[in-house]
Amino acid sequence: MTLALIITALVTVLAAATVMSLRNLVHCALAMAVAFSGVAALYLQLNAEFVGFAEILVYVGAIAILIVFAILLTRSGETPEKSVLTSGWLAGVAVSAMVFTLLGWAVLTSSALPKEIAIAPAAPVKNIGDALMSKFVLPLEIVGLVLTAAMIGAVIIALKEDKKDNSGGQP
Amino acid sequence: MFDQLDQIFVNALHWLVGFVPEVLRPLVTPLICISFILMVFPAFFSIITIFERKGIGRIQNRYGPNRVGIPFTKIRLAGFGQFLPDGLKMLTKEDIVPRAADKLVHFLAPVVMLIPVLLSYSVLPFGKNMTLADYDAGLLFFFAVGGAVEIAVFMAGWSSRNKYSLLGAMRAIAQMVSYEIPLILSAVSVVMIVGSLKLTDIIAHQNHYTFGIAHWHVFTPWGFIGFVLFFIASLAESNRTPFDLPEAESEIIAGYFTEYSGFKFALFFLGEYLGMFAIIGLGITLFLGGWTAPFSFLAWIPSWIWFFGKLTAIIFVFIWIRATLPRLRMDQLMNFAWKFMLPLALINILVAGIWHYMAADWQRWLVCGALIAGAYVLLGRGLMQNQKLGKRIYRYAE
Amino acid sequence: MTPLQVCLLVSAFLFAIGFAGAVTRRHAILVLIGIELMLNAANLNFIAFWRYGAHPEALTGIIFVLFSMALAGAEAAVGLALVIAIYRHKKTSNLDEVKELKG
Repeated sequence: MTLALIITALVTVLAAATVMSLRNLVHCALAMAVAFSGVAALYLQLNAEFVGFAEILVYVGAIAILIVFAILLTRSGETPEKSVLTSGWLAGVAVSAMVFTLLGWAVLTSSALPKEIAIAPAAPVKNIGDALMSKFVLPLEIVGLVLTAAMIGAVIIALKEDKKDNSGGQP
Repeated sequence: MFDQLDQIFVNALHWLVGFVPEVLRPLVTPLICISFILMVFPAFFSIITIFERKGIGRIQNRYGPNRVGIPFTKIRLAGFGQFLPDGLKMLTKEDIVPRAADKLVHFLAPVVMLIPVLLSYSVLPFGKNMTLADYDAGLLFFFAVGGAVEIAVFMAGWSSRNKYSLLGAMRAIAQMVSYEIPLILSAVSVVMIVGSLKLTDIIAHQNHYTFGIAHWHVFTPWGFIGFVLFFIASLAESNRTPFDLPEAESEIIAGYFTEYSGFKFALFFLGEYLGMFAIIGLGITLFLGGWTAPFSFLAWIPSWIWFFGKLTAIIFVFIWIRATLPRLRMDQLMNFAWKFMLPLALINILVAGIWHYMAADWQRWLVCGALIAGAYVLLGRGLMQNQKLGKRIYRYAE
Repeated sequence: MTPLQVCLLVSAFLFAIGFAGAVTRRHAILVLIGIELMLNAANLNFIAFWRYGAHPEALTGIIFVLFSMALAGAEAAVGLALVIAIYRHKKTSNLDEVKELKG
């Protein structure tokens, strides 16, 4: 277990905790970008180079930007005056603490986990591409279809509605 | 002898590393390489700023800086000493933070801007055997860290609490996100032909000669159109004229770094130029053969001279464009990206596929060239469809 | 602790904090961020078990994570479009103010 792994893990965990404890939404989004970078660094430590770079490209480069755009479009960039928590927040925190305790206990005591450290496997980009294009070609096509559908759907949902529909609310 | 000159930096590195004990070598080698990059590119940046000011001055029929030479002497160097007082002025200016600003984010933005830009230099091949980190997925790494620059732009614009900053940041992000797609898609055509994301493999694929002419990707139909798309998109990615809406000084002062001064402003300035150099370096690697020579009889010139020569040449084209073209409007910018460049890049990927599977003779030149020319004409026509271009009427000027 | 356990603990923490955020915060965008964190926790598990598992040469973990990232992107796009549509309609994006079914 290396020092780098522990540092990365700590940064990720701290950033994730920051995301959910800050009041200002933009700060939350920026902390989220840090958390995702931390996860990408963890992937790099686990020898998954391609996935790590893809994580940064997708999450930091695209989703974080999308989220800050949405924050500014819904005018929630200012720190809210009222409470940021829902009415039943205590129950939510309790449930998630229970989930963490249960998972942590399972991870630390389980005998099913491999004990010996496997030699680092390599995942060359060529093999990933071959796998995507041969064994996993049907899922790849379906993901492409889903992405197209999601893009069209997002555009239609976010389009400006007609003025006459807006007034009545009834078709 | 020329081989020695070609590998002079690699040999110097080995010689330097020879002085440190065996255990520390894996740590010291990257440190030397990093400090080399940190020295060379900011120095290159300071010279380019003078070239830019003088070049634009020449194109606009004025002198540009021509006074400052070596300090405390009478030597003027035609004004090329200007970067010293410029840099000193930047560093000694007062650092003003607006009272309403979000202090921490405002402070972090220039740093977050510079880190990904410097990281992207780690995969670029500057010469033969001169790549700091030759990742298997180097191209993906470059685009991934390039995407992180947008976060820095947003941080700078939002934390300043200034409407011009925020507008500039929003414009910059919208522009960068839109032009990143043709940028990546034009690189995809190269990846399809080469079959690797590793930048050294891409250069090795171009390092052959037929009749003394190199197999650069730009000399093929798909490579040519890919290079043009990449070039335009990299102009937009580095916020240069005619895509300099994010910092259009006549509309929104200086865009997202309006509220920055002193050293932080210098960091933004440096980050922007270094980002431009990096993206041009990638374009050279993908389409212009990286450090290889265009003709086989010129192959004796050291590889790093080729790389920096090509880099300087393209930067001069950038400066030329900046001095020549007017700024686009926001809707023109978006229309151009989504209605012209994106479809053309997609068709280019198709053409690259056809090129790969057709036999290597004159027929594939004909088919691919015809497809690209047809697509270009159709898309261009489609873009001009709704515009009535009649005779220009001058209302105030004769 | 082995490296695998460290990764699994980080993943469990990410899942828990994402779940807590999705359940307790009022703002719709933060709920989406929470869901993204939970997805990342699952992805981290896949990569960790790929790295320390029995058959890394099959690349199943990596491929699954790539697909999951694509779907996360789709989910974020649709989700944020919904948030913007709701904001346009009700001038709020706090979830407990958006209760009625009638629009």
